[in-house]
Amino acid sequence: MLPRLRGGLRQKNGRYAQILMYKNIGEILILFWQTLRSLHLLWRQRQKVFDQLFEIGNASLFMVCILSLFIGGVIALQTGPILVERGISSVLGGMIGLSMCKEFAPVMMAILVAGRIGSAMSAEIGSMRVYQEIDALQTMNIDPVRYLVLPRMVAIALALPALVIFSIPVGWLGGALVCDFNRKIAVNFDLYFQNLRDVVEVGDVCNGLFKSFVFALAVGIISCHQGLITRGGPRGIGRSVTKAVVNSIVVILILDYFLTRFLLYIHR
Amino acid sequence: MTDAQIHPENAGVEVLDLHKSFGPNEVLKGVSFQVKPGELFVIMGPSGSGKSVLLKHVIGLLKPDSGQILIDGKSIQDPAVRGQYRMAMVFQSSALLTSLTVGENVGLYLTEHQLKPPAEIAAIVSANLQAVGLQGLEDRMPNELSGGMQKRVAIARALVVEPQLILFDEPTSELDPIMAVTIGQEIFQLNKRTHATVLVVSHDRDLAFSIADRIAILSEGRIIFIGSPAEVRRNHDPRIQEFVHAEISPLKSN
Repeated sequence: MLPRLRGGLRQKNGRYAQILMYKNIGEILILFWQTLRSLHLLWRQRQKVFDQLFEIGNASLFMVCILSLFIGGVIALQTGPILVERGISSVLGGMIGLSMCKEFAPVMMAILVAGRIGSAMSAEIGSMRVYQEIDALQTMNIDPVRYLVLPRMVAIALALPALVIFSIPVGWLGGALVCDFNRKIAVNFDLYFQNLRDVVEVGDVCNGLFKSFVFALAVGIISCHQGLITRGGPRGIGRSVTKAVVNSIVVILILDYFLTRFLLYIHR
Repeated sequence: MTDAQIHPENAGVEVLDLHKSFGPNEVLKGVSFQVKPGELFVIMGPSGSGKSVLLKHVIGLLKPDSGQILIDGKSIQDPAVRGQYRMAMVFQSSALLTSLTVGENVGLYLTEHQLKPPAEIAAIVSANLQAVGLQGLEDRMPNELSGGMQKRVAIARALVVEPQLILFDEPTSELDPIMAVTIGQEIFQLNKRTHATVLVVSHDRDLAFSIADRIAILSEGRIIFIGSPAEVRRNHDPRIQEFVHAEISPLKSN
């Protein structure tokens, strides 16, 4: 069914595109279920998990620090003068603190990881598909889900929350630097961090970590699935990488809304 | 998978009325043939005749639209049946895992199924690389090797499985004539040494006539003849004669 459907697909034909989208969602859910079912074989794949963790950390940590510093800074820059005008600049620390840990750090880091790691995952698995390496695994009775998807999923699910833990304090620091050194704001470090400590609770940080964990699973499974369904040569790989990144970012933003509603509901 | 679960005898393969289409393109139009246990069977045919697709059905990578592939009378589509036989395939592109070293590639089956301790796997890898004339290359990456060497690594990887059924997809394509002869000899020796059932698809006439017990000719999705190399040569079907005797005409002298 799938090849016929893909072969007959024309962009103007919305019905086929819609069916294909539902099919992809179904395949992603099945792949996720198969990954969960192979979790008991994780110990055998531990070396690959460590390799992937190193890869993710190595590729992302520096970027995470730079990105977070500037995100914190720009929130301070945008909101600081307005709050100063209204005489409530003392809440800046708490506001930036909450924004970073509940929203900006998990979402922005997930988007960064989708761009840097999700793209690499789909490219690597896609190239293995195109150049018959996955076929070779199957002829040796080696399950590609266990061998390729499981270690990547576990690594990204551990790495993204870890990156968010780095991102949050760096973002706070970025906000503090702008608040302190920008003349229009002029909120010093002490006042900024005093307010941040008063407002931000451990639960707020956990809230962001939970979101990032869910985003990590989404990015991982979308990227691996896109890699596994890659067809054609280098152009097919390129298409898969683009789809993996774009779909991941769309799903992160949609999930963010529903996760926020869910977390607000349970904290009510 | 443990050795106790493995069927003790070499495997015979039977393909019955196999049909396969990709979209409107019908690639296999009712292919039937039988390979006896321990036989070296070559399927010959021009490029695009469906040889590789046929081979992927035999190893279970593709599902047929209709028809059956039986191994000792049992359907190969059944994972439980596939688990009872040690099968291996050498791909046209070699399909080595480019992120692993040569040694890791060759030992992959044993490592992933945890069939032997690491020291024993290293010894087996070394012995199998030696068998294909590539001793001492364990730590090299596949992209540092020539096409012929990669092909031999792929054969070593297949040998590690100690296969009862081994499939070769165009084993001599993209190789120089000397390397093609070497690979042909490797396949022949492998069949004689291990008595594994060997199924080769190729458009290389020299290879087919020099190693095959029997040859099948696949043309436009159908098997048009099966026989010994001598019978193929003697056959008067123009389609077979055209394929068997095709020569580059001496354009220069004209």
